[in-house]
Amino acid sequence: VQADGTDGNCVTFVLHDEDHTLGNSLRYMVMKNPDVEFCGYCITHPSESKINFRIQTRGTLPAVEPFRKGLNDLMGVCQHVLDTFEVRVFLKSS
Amino acid sequence: DEMRDRVVLGEFGVRNVHTTDFPGNYPGYEDAWDQRRFEEAFRVDIIREEEGALEFDMVGIDAAIANAFRRILLAEVPTMAVEKVFVYNNTSIVQDEILAHRLGLIPIRADPRLFEYRNQGDEEGTEIDTLQFQLKIKCSRNPQAAKESSDPNELYFNHKVYSKHMTWVPLGNQTDLFPDADFRPVHDDILIALLRPGQEIDVLMHCVKGIGKDHAKFSPVATASYRLLPDITLLQPIEDEAAEMLQKCFSPGVIEIQNIKGKKVARVANARLDTFSREVFRHEGLKNLVRLARVRNHYIFSVESTGILPPDVLVSEAIKILMGKCQRFLNELDSVPME
Repeated sequence: VQADGTDGNCVTFVLHDEDHTLGNSLRYMVMKNPDVEFCGYCITHPSESKINFRIQTRGTLPAVEPFRKGLNDLMGVCQHVLDTFEVRVFLKSS
Repeated sequence: DEMRDRVVLGEFGVRNVHTTDFPGNYPGYEDAWDQRRFEEAFRVDIIREEEGALEFDMVGIDAAIANAFRRILLAEVPTMAVEKVFVYNNTSIVQDEILAHRLGLIPIRADPRLFEYRNQGDEEGTEIDTLQFQLKIKCSRNPQAAKESSDPNELYFNHKVYSKHMTWVPLGNQTDLFPDADFRPVHDDILIALLRPGQEIDVLMHCVKGIGKDHAKFSPVATASYRLLPDITLLQPIEDEAAEMLQKCFSPGVIEIQNIKGKKVARVANARLDTFSREVFRHEGLKNLVRLARVRNHYIFSVESTGILPPDVLVSEAIKILMGKCQRFLNELDSVPME
């Protein structure tokens, strides 16, 4: 991970070894955050697996915050999906 | 409202494809992320579970996350497959590299969670990351065959090399680590090569753990796909001949015709079965009476496994891998100080 930006509000993170799989889902979670003014990601070149993930926040919130919150929210979603799915499989098999 | 939760299929294109429910877009709607609201709205239904295939519904998540699961199922759930083939003797007609390629594609029934990834640059392979298989077979002539028979099954022994001829050779302390495990290819009847008398194949194979991104042989699913739940609305009541024509336009079972007061009226019976061939749009009379759409957050997943792991285990593994990726970045964020 590398960060680059003029001030704390607009930061471009470079995530190595990632592609649309994490990029799109993380973008969706960060966009759901009302403090975020702009969020987007792009793949710099299809031969290299790294993505530029940019977050711009409204106000003076440091951009790392929505990034961290987005990751935590995505973890929460996955955990809930996993629990629900496993309960269903268990119910179906018994 | 329609824009928020339906993807509409028009005659020449699809409208409302992208998710627009981000905070601030719609006044009066609470769009910010709320874990509790998500948990209330989310559900999973398992529709059908067969030998190697699983069909289940996920309602209440977004395309980005559903697609992430699909991509991980295809490319990032690890499996074991033959990577290195040491050819001691190959006098068959199949070239060495073609034989090695075919051996690599054979699915191996070995739980990849019991093994580690091989370290980069490690040529030998230790017992925690490698499975060794041997294929040693020689074709010979059958002395008891009839004089004039031309059936190869009678004339020769071992002329077809199947995957059941691959035997596991335990490395190091693997017999202690896996006392009752039986590592073999998933299917016994995969034809690897054909031989004639005097030809033999003697190879040693190393299986390692890998992911589909590296090579497609490591992909644990035959395929994993999803589609959105179809939603067909009849804008006006359709009767008689038009109803018959409408029923033919869709897949069987989607539209059913009821007899109400002597007239035949069409009704949408089971929109889920439809494959949306858009046949309706070819008929001028019916074009404007039907609205074809898809429900935006209802995903019908279909996962077919190659047999290495059962499909429900594969889905659970995929979700755990996505969590692992998030955790990796969270750890990096915490460890590297941001300036």
